[in-house]
Amino acid sequence: MLYREAGDFKTTYAADSQTFPIKFDRYRYWAVLGIAWLVIPFFINDYWANAILIPFLIYAIAAIGLNILTGYCGQVSLGTGGFMAVGAYAVYKLMTAFPDVNIFFHVILAGFITAIVGAAFGLPSLRIKGFYLAVATLAAQFFLVWLFNKVPWFYNYSASGQINAPERFVFDFAVTGANAPASAKYLFCLLFVTGCAILARNLTRGSTGRQWMAIRDMDIAAEIIGVNPLRAKLSAFAVSSFFIGIAGALFFAVYLGAVEVGEAFGISKSFLVLFMCIIGGLGSIFGSFAGAAFLVLLPVALKVLGVDVLGWPSSTVAHLQLVAIGGLIMFFLIKEPHGLAQLWRLTKEKLRLWPFPY
Amino acid sequence: MSADFLYGVEVVINGLMSGVLYALVALGFVLIFKASGIFNYAQGVMALFAALTLVGIMEGQVPFSHLINAIFGTDVHNFGWHVPALLAIALTVAIMIGFAWLVHTMVFKHLVGQEPIILFMATIGLAYFLEGVGDLMWGSDIKTLEIGLPQGGSLWVENITAGLGGEDFYGFFIDKLDMVATLVAIVLVGGLIAFAQYTKQGRAMRAVADDHQAALSVGISLNFIWVLVWSLAGMVALVAGVMWGAKSGVQFSLSLIALKALPVLMLGGFTSIPGAIVGGLIIGVGEKLFEFMIGPMVGGATENWFAYVLALIFLVFRPQGLFGERIIERV
Repeated sequence: MLYREAGDFKTTYAADSQTFPIKFDRYRYWAVLGIAWLVIPFFINDYWANAILIPFLIYAIAAIGLNILTGYCGQVSLGTGGFMAVGAYAVYKLMTAFPDVNIFFHVILAGFITAIVGAAFGLPSLRIKGFYLAVATLAAQFFLVWLFNKVPWFYNYSASGQINAPERFVFDFAVTGANAPASAKYLFCLLFVTGCAILARNLTRGSTGRQWMAIRDMDIAAEIIGVNPLRAKLSAFAVSSFFIGIAGALFFAVYLGAVEVGEAFGISKSFLVLFMCIIGGLGSIFGSFAGAAFLVLLPVALKVLGVDVLGWPSSTVAHLQLVAIGGLIMFFLIKEPHGLAQLWRLTKEKLRLWPFPY
Repeated sequence: MSADFLYGVEVVINGLMSGVLYALVALGFVLIFKASGIFNYAQGVMALFAALTLVGIMEGQVPFSHLINAIFGTDVHNFGWHVPALLAIALTVAIMIGFAWLVHTMVFKHLVGQEPIILFMATIGLAYFLEGVGDLMWGSDIKTLEIGLPQGGSLWVENITAGLGGEDFYGFFIDKLDMVATLVAIVLVGGLIAFAQYTKQGRAMRAVADDHQAALSVGISLNFIWVLVWSLAGMVALVAGVMWGAKSGVQFSLSLIALKALPVLMLGGFTSIPGAIVGGLIIGVGEKLFEFMIGPMVGGATENWFAYVLALIFLVFRPQGLFGERIIERV
């Protein structure tokens, strides 16, 4: 009844090609933005920020990035952890080398540096396809982590080999360091999430995105109709790495504050982000958010249920978590291989007909 | 012969030995991939699970004891008996076969015809699941596996080769366990090849690998073959788990050998059993030699990534791997 195109007349070309053609979607979009920007910052506390909201926002950026590469361009990558590490170390080097520049620009620059690295590791994708490429991206994962471990220049010759985020301010509010207020950290991440999501949505709607999808569906056919595979694949790698680099930079600077590269950006991180894309739905920006939310909330929910409610030992609960996550992944793949985004799509289709489905 | 050269030779021999172990894991991948097109990431965790089960059965642990204690407030840990190694191995094989059947009927039967990436994701889910189940069943502490395999360096080889390189050279140091592992791997590969060539089920397995529909049309049960290959992969995983477990203890890091098997597969081609073996040997020797010669210059620990980079560079020139079927692309 509320959710349909009928009666929503478009009178300009701009209105006709807008992101959300249905009125209800537009209101919902502004409502979500309004709540995220104007309501949550006043109610947020440290627990909610650190356990749920900030990881959710950061993983959402990473998942959008990987979704561009895997979901839209069809190149499976297992190097996400390595690229996040590039973003983290880039932002660390920039923060310590240019302490007077605002951290906002550092994060953006870290994204660009990661984009260059990502494009370099994307070069083999022109020759190698499918699973072979997925395994080849593991080379990036392991090589990069090893590099950041072994070359002292990257961690400024610190004795522990860790990197620690110094305190930095945006408009006199600390966003990194131990004393940063939860709301400032949250808003700083939210700024990047909003920007990245809008950017990604519009990129995938435009000619670049169509080229990616053509490559995904069949690269030889795409080449024949005039898509340049070199440009399409490398741009997908670069854009995807840009987002993942931003996510890595925020993950280190805002969320963790101190990072040991093998632990924070290991192979398990690559899989985690890939799961988010798959469970959320490949080739969907909304799916990236849904997947990130699901996989951030699930362990927290299980922990609360197991340790706090039932009082089981935490190691047993941790093992049960693995079982639950693994089982849920298989369950989802069997029941809905196209992810949460597909459920949302089906719901919307049903809503259009409701309450008279005939 | 100079001592340095002989050290190099020793490195090569040890590389060959660890290459055999990589090949052993890679073999499990190839079996499943050929027959069902599933790229089974869980192979490493299956090795861990098999080794854990073997130790657990031998020591008479109560399965899921931590969970039972947590729910019922009891305090049970052990049955208090010890099972002889051979019987325990037989029981573990039975459990792996049951596991294969369960995996097939619960998960992969419902995913037939899905895209490869979805199947791959499902096996990663399976890996998480199995890791959690293994820990819940048998506990997550490091266990030692003692089924009477020899340990330590072989004195015999050391004494024979001691005279080769003058006074500075003390002979080759070669782990007895590695030698046993090599022998077992050779027997296993021989057995698998014989099974595939000469038995009825083996032929059916190869037919399925060639063409699913053609195999169906001559009356081969795909379900049975798939359970069969998963069981075979489970047994290969058990052997790999026993070998690696005897070497470095049964612990979580055992499941990471799956990651080491991936570049082996890339090098050899996903569909070729000889490829898995040759690839394993190349990776084993390559990474040991690289660590020996270049490693000290760049800070060591190059074994983490060398295999992947080698496979990556190799694939750029030959995208289907050494023995893989030629990739023909059509619109």
